[in-house]
Amino acid sequence: MRNFLSDKIQEIKPSGIRKFFDIVVEMKDAISLGVGEPDFDTPWHIREEGIYAFEKGKTFYTSNSGLKPLREEISSYIKRSQNIEYNPNDEILVTVGGSEAIDIGLRAILNDGDEVIIPQPSYVSYAPCSYLAGGKNVIIDLKEENHFKLTPQELENAITDKTKVLILPFPNNPTGAIMEREDLEKIAKIIIDKDIFVMSDEIYSELTYDKKHVSIASIEGMKERTLLINGFSKAYAMTGWRLGYACGPNEIIKQMTKIHQYAIMCAPTISQYAAVEALRHGDDDVNMMRQSYNQRRRFLIKRFKEMGLECFEPYGAFYVFPCIKEFGMTSEEFATKLLLEEKVAAVPGTAFGDSGEGYLRISYAYSIEKLKIAMERLENFITKLRAEKRKAF
Amino acid sequence: MREELLSIIEKNSRIGINELATMLGKEEIEVANEIAKLEEERIICGYHTLIDWEKTSIEKVTALIEVRVTPQRGQGFDKIAQRIYNYPEVKSVYLISGGFDLLVTLEEKTLKDIAAFVSYKLSTLESILSTGTHFILKKYKDHGTILDKQDEDSREVVTP
Repeated sequence: MRNFLSDKIQEIKPSGIRKFFDIVVEMKDAISLGVGEPDFDTPWHIREEGIYAFEKGKTFYTSNSGLKPLREEISSYIKRSQNIEYNPNDEILVTVGGSEAIDIGLRAILNDGDEVIIPQPSYVSYAPCSYLAGGKNVIIDLKEENHFKLTPQELENAITDKTKVLILPFPNNPTGAIMEREDLEKIAKIIIDKDIFVMSDEIYSELTYDKKHVSIASIEGMKERTLLINGFSKAYAMTGWRLGYACGPNEIIKQMTKIHQYAIMCAPTISQYAAVEALRHGDDDVNMMRQSYNQRRRFLIKRFKEMGLECFEPYGAFYVFPCIKEFGMTSEEFATKLLLEEKVAAVPGTAFGDSGEGYLRISYAYSIEKLKIAMERLENFITKLRAEKRKAF
Repeated sequence: MREELLSIIEKNSRIGINELATMLGKEEIEVANEIAKLEEERIICGYHTLIDWEKTSIEKVTALIEVRVTPQRGQGFDKIAQRIYNYPEVKSVYLISGGFDLLVTLEEKTLKDIAAFVSYKLSTLESILSTGTHFILKKYKDHGTILDKQDEDSREVVTP
């Protein structure tokens, strides 16, 4: 029989997390700190709006670009949070999670061979999606000494005459890094100067601590060269509803809508009704969850300090990214050993790019009680490792 | 810090000062002082435990009693409320808007005790016009806590 598989697809490596997942599932009483989604249930008033939509029989397709009231609410939300104006009629597309927006956004922009700059460590889907869309990935290895921010120098070094898009994944999964206004202004200057487009994945925009999120699209001259991607998963704890959106220049949204229309039709209708409620009345819930994440974040940072585990202070998302280089193991070895010996699962930094080597992603989308137990186990583990190392000398 | 502190200990009053300070990003001494102040100002009025007595061998009956009263000149409802809340078996007393005036929660060992309280103690107070007693059959949720809820993490164990 012929090989019916696409060469291109076979080239893609499966997600590094999978292997790990299989061990954790088998293991009873393991504590997982490996989850990339909120631990809160979707707030009840939002779920109820979904139920209500079912009861009213809102079970049909919506328009391709999404319910008009939802696009209007998205537009007003971005206006009030970032002071950017997007026309709900032709500059906003409602998608199946932020993930779909990343995929079709890249497909709408890229020609074969166009270079896509991807700062890493970052979310796992940029590189494969860009590759599938014909892009040539140029990876920037972000550095802990820069707090995993993208520096102007790093960007300039990566730019060639084939560069078309920069993916800007902040607040960042897995590092928790954020980019502040002055950081973005420097980046924007280069972007405009070199005539490059930006895909800004701002899915964690509501989860920043002590500092407010700034979108690069809010910087002068950037709105027309930015595709802003966001969604409901992280802010409103709505991961399973699969709902996100993209905002950008009309020409790009128009092309994306074509792909969306043929591949997806429309985002889930029930989720769209629930999302209208989230944007209208969900601010208190977001504030409550943010406050709770922030308490856990402070708790972890303090515990790492007590253990003497090096970790820069992250101001976004719900991850911390401690450095484990002192133990002389790869991230994967460390994570596997931690899981087998102390039954704590954390994701090796390398799952998010080679530059994640020497780091561990620890999620704090867990109750303080759980985190407390996990940190005790982690402390045990590294105390043991340090003792072994001393003996070896 | 005040409101955030209160919202944490409202859910878990057993949390240690050390942990509380960490979660709030403050020094322990600041947190301890703030708690002392809150106690002094009677903003924190007590540290109680939420117990589902139904799961124990102790028999308890709880009743909600609607009470209509004639308010007294110069004292409004306060005097009569005090007469009622001084009974140790009375767990709470609220002044209520609407069809009646006071809502009284009463906890006793048996139904008979409740009946005795209502007919001999409560109804006989002057200025009480009428009472309506409702027995609690089952508590689903109390103090914001769902009593039978099992906390189960239904997420996949590792996700990107």
